[in-house]
Amino acid sequence: MADKTLDAKGLNCPLPILRAKKTLKEVPAGGTLEILATDPGSVADFAAFCRTTGNELIESTSDGGVYRFVIKHVA
Amino acid sequence: MTEAMNTGGNNAKTMTIIVTKGSLDWAYPPFILATTAAAMGVDVTLFFTFYGLELLKKKLDLQVTALGNAAMKMPLMGMHMAMPNIVNMIPGVDAGATVMMKNLIKKKGVASIEDLREAAIESDVRMIACQMTLDLFEFQKSDLIDGVELGGAATYMEKALKSDINLFI
Repeated sequence: MADKTLDAKGLNCPLPILRAKKTLKEVPAGGTLEILATDPGSVADFAAFCRTTGNELIESTSDGGVYRFVIKHVA
Repeated sequence: MTEAMNTGGNNAKTMTIIVTKGSLDWAYPPFILATTAAAMGVDVTLFFTFYGLELLKKKLDLQVTALGNAAMKMPLMGMHMAMPNIVNMIPGVDAGATVMMKNLIKKKGVASIEDLREAAIESDVRMIACQMTLDLFEFQKSDLIDGVELGGAATYMEKALKSDINLFI
């Protein structure tokens, strides 16, 4: 169970990333943020976001057109 | 993990963008890149010159035109519509295209330029308005949103010379 969940369904680039970055601030270091999105571009983008910022992408899955990401707040 | 350190402070990567266009469609690339880069820990400076200055106006009234833009094909009832220039010249067609574009933006969950600009301000994106353009087109600093600095080519160059990425849009 993630510490916090962000519903970014229906939002398009770059909003899921911007909202995630903002919400990540509310997650304590070491905590996890779950993001739900429908933008197919977010799969590559969350991977790139995490590689660049040093946060850890623990999970990236999809189910019925909804993408689910779990990010561990490191940086 | 050194990359992870790029989240602010003196070690942050830097990017500048020269923003020269003021139409609704061309307003997107600079604001999308600026806000995303800022979210990724990049120190961002935008330099608004010529028509780009429109994007700093207190009240945004951005338009699109398909005139002279052969690549602009709007989705309409499962097809893509391109219109001949002679139709685009008719008064009201640009306004119609702008309404269509704004409806698409809303329908597809794309952020408005107002929202992206607000996000840029919130994430401390530095915005510089070109002093010469203000003088040239007889705009006042008071026409622009708060928090905008005025500067010229040298102000831009000082930042650009020290930046990792410099773009012209």
